[in-house]
Amino acid sequence: MDLALKDLGDYVAEALPQEVLGTEVEFDELMVRARRDLIVKVLTFLRDDVNCRFQQLMDLCGVDYPEREKRFEVVYNLLSLTHNMRVRVKVETDEETPVPSVSGVFSAATWWEREAWDLFGIYFSDHPDLRRIMTDYGFDGHPLRKDFPLTGYVEVRYDDEQKRVVYEPVKLTQEFRTFDFLSPWEGVQGVLPGDEKADGDA
Amino acid sequence: MGVRSRPVADGGAPLSPGAAGASPASPGRGDTPLVPPGAAGASPANPGRGDPPLVSPGAEREALLTSVTGELADKGFVVAQLDNLVNWARTGSLWPMTFGLACCAVEMIHAYMSRYDLDRFGVVPRASPRQSDVLIVAGTLTNKMAPAFRKVYDQMAEPRYVISMGSCANGGGYYHYSYSVVRGCDRVVPVDIYVPGCPPTAEALVYGILQLQKKIRRTGALWR
Repeated sequence: MDLALKDLGDYVAEALPQEVLGTEVEFDELMVRARRDLIVKVLTFLRDDVNCRFQQLMDLCGVDYPEREKRFEVVYNLLSLTHNMRVRVKVETDEETPVPSVSGVFSAATWWEREAWDLFGIYFSDHPDLRRIMTDYGFDGHPLRKDFPLTGYVEVRYDDEQKRVVYEPVKLTQEFRTFDFLSPWEGVQGVLPGDEKADGDA
Repeated sequence: MGVRSRPVADGGAPLSPGAAGASPASPGRGDTPLVPPGAAGASPANPGRGDPPLVSPGAEREALLTSVTGELADKGFVVAQLDNLVNWARTGSLWPMTFGLACCAVEMIHAYMSRYDLDRFGVVPRASPRQSDVLIVAGTLTNKMAPAFRKVYDQMAEPRYVISMGSCANGGGYYHYSYSVVRGCDRVVPVDIYVPGCPPTAEALVYGILQLQKKIRRTGALWR
């Protein structure tokens, strides 16, 4: 299987020398890095070539790497039922640079691109209908970005005077706490949170 | 008004036999003119508290129902307290609005299906808020859903009740700190009963519905 994937990777890289930046086989899965501006051509080739026949787009998603210069990745997961193989295609982008929409190649991509736009703010050019898809109407920000605050900016309640649901700035009665300490059954070094005073003589 | 001589739900038998003292558990209250004063005076099961009388299943209730049936056959009518009768009817036909929002909805469906069979309590799910008496908020209420949810509540006819089912509906639960979830559905509508759990079992929801019936009987007002 590994060999078949590696062969396929080499084949794709050879057929598309301009478009493909590199191929890797990791965890028994083939990953192809592609040039952002030529992603439509790469996916069209992978769909139509007789040795590929990746005719189903299983998923399209974004990933945020804040430490990178181009912070976003768009990941396309393809499945070939003909050859019983899968391939993952990745392109890099940032907040401003648009990624060409692949909705002309896989019509299933339209909603996923809307999702990636909604949650990450990745812009897709030539998309037929690039609106938000999941978050609230008039939502501010892109919540899956790493720099988006967990609790967001607004909360809702019903206002009895205005007789409607109103939006207000978030006011938490208790701050968010992370309970991210080690299991006490596996030999914690140091003092457990809350036990600071337990052994003191005070 | 059609009067059935057999209560559909457990407990509550609001009918009062007209003959004074004919029943061991006459459910009359002292302050209501609808019941003959003699019956109210001789009611051992109702020691002057505000609670409407509850006759639990058993010989006592059998005797009461027999006397009521006898009364019906004899005179063709029975005398009852109107508010008790109305509350008895309300508790016996709590039609809930189908409002499953998340995984709690599955437990709600379990409660409706044959194992727990909420139909026994007269709880029949409705697809329209105009036909519903109770809104069971089963699941996570998101910000985007909140205006629609309030609209559904506003469309329900009075008297209307709300059961908040599960941690998410009670107070946001797992998603309390989320950017997209309402921190408790009581920020949007007034809630009568909170059912805890994540998700609550079907039994817990059935218990919540029984608690709501109890609350309706206890508050016992014609209008709320």
